[in-house]
Formats: sequence, structure tokens, C-alpha cells
Amino acid sequence: MNVAEKLPDALTMPLADIDVSDPRLYEQDAWRPYFARLRREEPVHFRADSPFGPFWSITRFDDIVAVDSDHGSFSSEPTIVIGDIPDDLPVEMFIAMDPPKHDLQRRAAQPVVAPQNLAAMEGLIRTRVEDILDGLSPGEPFDWVEKVSVNLTTQMLATLFDFPFEDRAKLTYWSDLAAGTPEMAGGDVTQEEQLTGMTECLQTFTQLWHERKGREGGFDLISLLQRDPNTADIVERPMEFLGNLMLLIVGGNDTTRNSATGGVLALNQNPAEYDKLRADPGLIPGMVSEIIRWQTPLAHMRRTATRDLEFRGKQIRKGDKVVMWYVSGNRDETAIERPEEFIIDRKNPRHHISFGFGIHRCMGNRLAEMQLRILWEEIMRRFHMVEVVGEPERVRSNFVRGYKTLPVRLHPL
Amino acid sequence: MPAITLIEYNGASHTIEAASGKSLMQNALENGVPGIDADCGGACACGTCHCFVEARWLPASGEADAMEEAMLGMRPDRTGQSRLSCQIEVTEELDGMVVRLPEYQM
Ligand code: HEM
Ligand code: FES
Repeated sequence: MNVAEKLPDALTMPLADIDVSDPRLYEQDAWRPYFARLRREEPVHFRADSPFGPFWSITRFDDIVAVDSDHGSFSSEPTIVIGDIPDDLPVEMFIAMDPPKHDLQRRAAQPVVAPQNLAAMEGLIRTRVEDILDGLSPGEPFDWVEKVSVNLTTQMLATLFDFPFEDRAKLTYWSDLAAGTPEMAGGDVTQEEQLTGMTECLQTFTQLWHERKGREGGFDLISLLQRDPNTADIVERPMEFLGNLMLLIVGGNDTTRNSATGGVLALNQNPAEYDKLRADPGLIPGMVSEIIRWQTPLAHMRRTATRDLEFRGKQIRKGDKVVMWYVSGNRDETAIERPEEFIIDRKNPRHHISFGFGIHRCMGNRLAEMQLRILWEEIMRRFHMVEVVGEPERVRSNFVRGYKTLPVRLHPL
Repeated sequence: MPAITLIEYNGASHTIEAASGKSLMQNALENGVPGIDADCGGACACGTCHCFVEARWLPASGEADAMEEAMLGMRPDRTGQSRLSCQIEVTEELDGMVVRLPEYQM
């Protein structure tokens, strides 16, 4: 890791100076005390000045649910990240649309991740997980992110799209580009690189679309889009087509990937929980939800106020950016018991905010849970421990909460 | 206490003595009926408490408001009998009501 740049002291700095959009807070895993103070002292907080412009922060669980549910007052257009989207790439994703357009597009895409379809995919996913885990060498340290998390989620994506398997690394590459610019969320991808990558992505999928046309019965995402009357001609609207693709690629990639890494880290930091898991692998489904809460793979979603309004005593103006910090909501002690702790057998493990709420609530939530469940079932069949043997390297972004590397060593059963 | 019958997708039937004044979702959870997730805890914000109310009980169960309508609109398996069980308040009038649960919640 680079030498950490010094951050201001969360407890003594003036409240108004707290800037939770600073991507270094996440790269250095230093965000907790800033949000703890905001939740306590100013749960709806205005930051007048940041590289992303002025913005409101919503930091408490219940307030986030309220904003997320009120899509009339808080619009998802033009974008749902704190920064701005590049002008030269006006992609249209339904995550960044309001009703009625949002509803139409989501309804068309949703069946692909409905649990019936997932059940049909479970066998294939398990085979791929088994292959990945069986290919690892116990004893020697290696990077879990590269060898397992990235590998696994890339294969999943290829499966979902029925994308040429040998080219699947491209999916991960495009995913990394999509939200990686400094303007959008503080990352380090250049706009030029992004534009080139997105153009290639669009071309590749347009070609796939035409090749697949007329083929019957496929349950991959492209076939489903082709069959639905609302999206049958989406290929004629390239920015909408690209937007939907990117949404499924990014939605299904970074988030699951970083949960697959986060789980290993969380269990290593909480050895008593690892013991519980060894004693009862039946805890895996609940643990998966707890991993997703603990990791909070997307730190925030942003809205834009559609009118002047008062919210929890604050005067929000039309056009203001309103940022829901899921990473903070998941640590809110008024909504979640002992929120700082990783507890794999919580009574109500799905009561977390990582998937958001309201009409934009994550469409892939059951798919993500299934992938992680299978991963842990197969890990527990093979290994006594996936031991973390060094510090993780974290992503510099205020949006994607993730890892670049995590060195581990395997201990077989 | 109104008796309400919830039928799981696999046909398993559960008749519960429901408490008036609470939602159907809360009553189902408190009585250990499987098939309802209720991720948002009843805030009408997750859609994972979806159920199908038998047609003749629909009027008594009340009407979906705009927010429930919006959440129901996201369900791929929505029908004319779809409701979110956290938005149905149990009253004496619902004594005998039959509700079916979907194959999955998402
Ligand atoms: C642990 C993994 C995941 C997390 C934490 C996550 C998180 C989120 C969040 C926070 C939202 C926005 C919710 C809101 O605005 O209220 C969202 C939306 C979405 N997610 Fe996920 N996601 C995950 C996995 C997936 C997967 C695997 C897919 C692939 C199909 C996916 C597809 C989507 C889509 C399409 C939307 C847009 C929904 C809409 O606007 O209606 N996600 N996700
Ligand atoms: S419990 Fe979430 S909508 Fe009913």
C-alpha cells in the first residue's frame, strides 16, 4: 500500500468540514468514526464543498429507508453516484431512471434473476465453484481476490449472458471501467480509457445480439431481452442497450466479488465466528446476509431532490444532491443490534441496507446470495481455514467498497 | 381473534390465530409461518412479504396505496390478487381469510 495520506481527526474537526465523499476514507478503511459522529450529532448533514460539489448525507438507517422509498421527492436521474456522468457517454440505465420508464425496463430484465431461473443455474454455478477451488494449491500464499473472487464472479457473468467463455475477462475489465473515473466516485480510470472500453463493450454485445437473434429458448439475459416486447428492439437504442448491459455487469460483478473477499476477512478477524461456522455449516445462508451487511459492497446511492422540502428539520433545495450512505446505515445502532460486530447467526440477518430499499432495491439480491452460499458451502467442504496472511489492499472509491488484493493461505481439512 | 389461513407454495397450510391491529406479515412471522422474508421489517420498501389474497377476501383486506402499488409492480409473479402482507392490517372482518404465498420472495 502507498504511505497513507493523513486524514483529519473525526472527533475534533468542525462538523461542517467532515467530507465523507473523500475516497481515501475507504481506501484506508478509516470511515467509521466520521459516520459515527454524523449519526450522533448531525444525521442529515450538509457538506458545502467537495470535489463532487455540495451534497447532503443521510446517515441513519430509517432516514435512508425514507429517502429510498420516496422516489417522487428524490429522483434517481440523472445518476446515482455522487459525482457526475461524462457528457460523451450518455448511457441510460434503469437504476438511474424514475418511473414509469424505470418500471418498464426493470420488469423486462427482472425474470432473468427470478429464483426459478436461479435454481436452474445452481448446478452449473456449483461446478464452476468446485473447479476454481480444486485448482488452488494449499500451503503457498496467494491472492484470494485474483484467484477466487474475480475468477468466480467473471465466470458467473459469462454464464448470465451466455458470453463466450474464453473472452470472459473482458467483462471484468469493462466492469472496472464503468464506475472508475475520478469524477464519478474518486477512482483512477481516465475518461478516454472508459470511452474506448465502453465502445468496445457495445460493439461486442451488439454483435452477440445479432448472432443470437432467432435462437429459441435461451434463458440468458440477451435472449430474455430479445423476447420481451418492451426491449425486443433495445439494440436500436445503443445508449439504453449499453446502460442495461453495464448495469448487469457492474451490479453483478464488483459487489459479489468484494463480498467473496470480505467474508474471508471478516471470519479471520472474528475467529469465534469461524468456529461457529465449522461447527454448523447450516449457518451459511444467514452468514451470507451478514457478510453482505458487514461489507456493504456499495457505500452509497445518490438521489437528486425534485423540489424544495424539509427533511428531519433540514431545508433541502430542489436540485440538491442527497447521498444515502448505506455503509453508515448498516452501522446504525438504533436499527441493528451490535452493528460493529460480525455475527453469523443473527436473528434477522436480512434486515440490512446493502441492497437498498424501494423501487430500486437490488434486482440481483437472490443471485448474489446464492453465489455466496455456494462458495461457502464448497469452501467448508474442503478447507479448515482460509487464513489471511497479510493486509488487504483496498479500492480508492467512495462508491465501490472493495479490495484489490488479499493474501491468504489455505489449510485443507 | 380472527383465524387466518396461509398456504405455502408447496401446499402446506397454516391456520393462525391472528392478533388484530398488527399486520398480516407480523402475525405470520410471529407464528413461524415460512415463506415471508420481510427484509424491510414492514416499511413497504422491499416487496419480500408478497402474498396472494383469495379473491373474495380482497375487498375486506383493504386497498393497496400508491407506494405498495409501486413495490408490487416490481414483482415478476404479480397477479390481481397480489398484496404486500405488511400492508394488510388484521381486523375482525378478516376472520376466515385465506392467503397463498408465492414460490419465492425477491
Ligand atoms: C452483494 C451483492 C450486491 C449488492 C450489495 C448490490 C447492491 C445494490 C444496490 C445498493 C442497489 C440500489 C438500491 C437502491 O437504490 O435502493 C442495487 C440495484 C441493482 N442491482 Fe444490485 N447488488 C448486488 C448484486 C447484484 C447482482 C448479482 C446483480 C445482477 C443481476 C445486481 C443487479 C442490480 C440491478 C439491475 C439494480 C438496479 C435496480 C433498479 O434500479 O430497479 N445486483 N444493487
Ligand atoms: S416487509 Fe418489506 S415490503 Fe412488506
